[in-house]
Amino acid sequence: MALYLLFLMLPIYWLLNMSLKTNAEILGSFSLWPRDLTLANYIKILTDPSWYWGYINSLIYVVINTVISLAVALPAAYAFSRYNFMGDKHLFFWLLTNRMAPPAVFALPFFQLYSSVGLFDTHIAVALAHCLFNVPLAVWILEGFMRGVPKEIDETAYIDGYSFPHFFIRIFTPLIASGIGVAAFFCFMFSWVELLLSRTLTSVDAKPIAATMTRTVSASGLDWGVLAAAGMLTIVPGALVIYFVRNYIAKGFALGRV
Amino acid sequence: MEWMAWTWPTAIFFVVIASLLITFTILAIKFPETPRVGILQIETTRGDRLFITLLGSAFINLAWLGLTDITQWAALGLCLIYAVAVFRWV
Amino acid sequence: MNKTVNHKAWFLVLPVLILVAFSAVIPLMTVVNYSVQDTFGNNQFFWAGLEWFEELLNSDRMWGALGRQLAFSAIILAIQIPLGVFIALNMPKGGFWASFCLVVMSLPLLIPWNVVGTIWQIFGRVDIGLLGHTLDWMGVSYNYTQNPVAAWITVIVMDVWHWTSLVALLAYAGLQSIPQAYYQAAKIDQASRFSVFWYIELPKMSGVLMIAILLRFMDSFMIYTEPFVVTGGGPGSTTTFLSIDLVKMALGQFDLGQAAAYSLMYFLVILLISWVFYTVMTNLDKRDGV
Repeated sequence: MALYLLFLMLPIYWLLNMSLKTNAEILGSFSLWPRDLTLANYIKILTDPSWYWGYINSLIYVVINTVISLAVALPAAYAFSRYNFMGDKHLFFWLLTNRMAPPAVFALPFFQLYSSVGLFDTHIAVALAHCLFNVPLAVWILEGFMRGVPKEIDETAYIDGYSFPHFFIRIFTPLIASGIGVAAFFCFMFSWVELLLSRTLTSVDAKPIAATMTRTVSASGLDWGVLAAAGMLTIVPGALVIYFVRNYIAKGFALGRV
Repeated sequence: MEWMAWTWPTAIFFVVIASLLITFTILAIKFPETPRVGILQIETTRGDRLFITLLGSAFINLAWLGLTDITQWAALGLCLIYAVAVFRWV
Repeated sequence: MNKTVNHKAWFLVLPVLILVAFSAVIPLMTVVNYSVQDTFGNNQFFWAGLEWFEELLNSDRMWGALGRQLAFSAIILAIQIPLGVFIALNMPKGGFWASFCLVVMSLPLLIPWNVVGTIWQIFGRVDIGLLGHTLDWMGVSYNYTQNPVAAWITVIVMDVWHWTSLVALLAYAGLQSIPQAYYQAAKIDQASRFSVFWYIELPKMSGVLMIAILLRFMDSFMIYTEPFVVTGGGPGSTTTFLSIDLVKMALGQFDLGQAAAYSLMYFLVILLISWVFYTVMTNLDKRDGV
């Protein structure tokens, strides 16, 4: 167990180690910890617009995507968890196949589609493209959580004279607040970690940090220190919220099926 | 629509698929589906069998294309036989 | 839960339907259209019929990528599933250490995929990486950019590092749902550790493990970013998997027709596998009476 944890942490430690070294030290000598501690790599990223705009761009489309995904997934998940309707199983399966579909298959048509409607290189294009796998994900996770809420609550509310929208917002949403949180977290995460689609659909204005990182090969060779620092900074958002979702993380990854 | 580069054959292909789906939806409304267990030991409804047929047909066509040089229409004929078999026994 | 029949529920699903149709159906239709045509740029298309399919089916390129892909997915599953279960069995049952393990184990799952690639790219380099340097120091010749075996090992170890925790987390969640009474009964019967695992824990985990296998298989089947960053599909094309090959063809060479035919066949395989898994899963659910 401890060995496994060590195995997990070692590469991350190495990245941290590299990010705190100067380039000369990285290439010149080999050491297990930085001899000459420097924050220069981080400072470079936080002051150079081409770097920090990468983060801002990523954040913008990730947030748009999370909001869209949750807004459309909530009612749908409710329908799947409460009712039987024409073709529900086929629809549910179809959503699953979209989660499983390789982004590589969709990269080319997305490129053509968004170019033709003039959305290429905008945040909204990436956000919409990521809906391909995030909406199904959100529907599945939310459905899993909603199944845990007893149906009697719905029925009592209707008898008490609540209308559907009123009931949904006032009573039901707070009941599955943790589920919404987890779904939001996973939409955020999967949009944040995706590279292929976001790189294909952007060039300059909406270029995400992930794409910026793959293009760090400069004239003077790879700038390892800055690359490592940029990598560390992309881990931060996940690491910050991980503690709050630790008990639900298995459920989220399993599409709400645990 | 220009960029989607439509052609007649593909348009017909999608019309056929769409009309199949619509037909089966209407059928499902008129005569509600009852699941049954076939030779695959799984419960299937009419819609499931349609899906199995379509997916299987795609693979039959690909196999035909890869393995033989005979006209592709023959593969379609094979698919029809396959479809009848699926609806009868699965 | 028994559900009521209500066809009006369709209206609740409608937004999802429209959105996903926009981002899935339209692109797929486009792919079908492209796959039967040839283009010389400028969005000028020429009818090509089934030529692309025929060419791909008779070329080594796609079969090679498919073979490597299947080998990769099989190796990944063979390592990650047993390892993940083993780790879950050895995890603390509760308290601070359980939380600690959960957080540390989740960390690799939440790292952007290209950063995972970058981490291992750095970690494995002989001149600056800990792993590469240590191996070199031990006298093992290791260079993932030149040696296909080293490249494969790097990619596999990276994937194990990245995703084994997912299997472990799922298995752990499955273990947690086993009531204590089962263990007490086993203790009274003086069951061995192995029979507790074989007759109690494994059957109870089967549902979760099914999901774990599905997710691991699908995700490894469409893996792109990590090997792309680490090896770029090389040396040669020894670590070129389906997605990498497809992107090379589509966006590198801009071979729309051929790439579209490739995509379609790739997608059909995915569809078949998802369907098999989904059917098995729903049938398992029914047998358990969920």
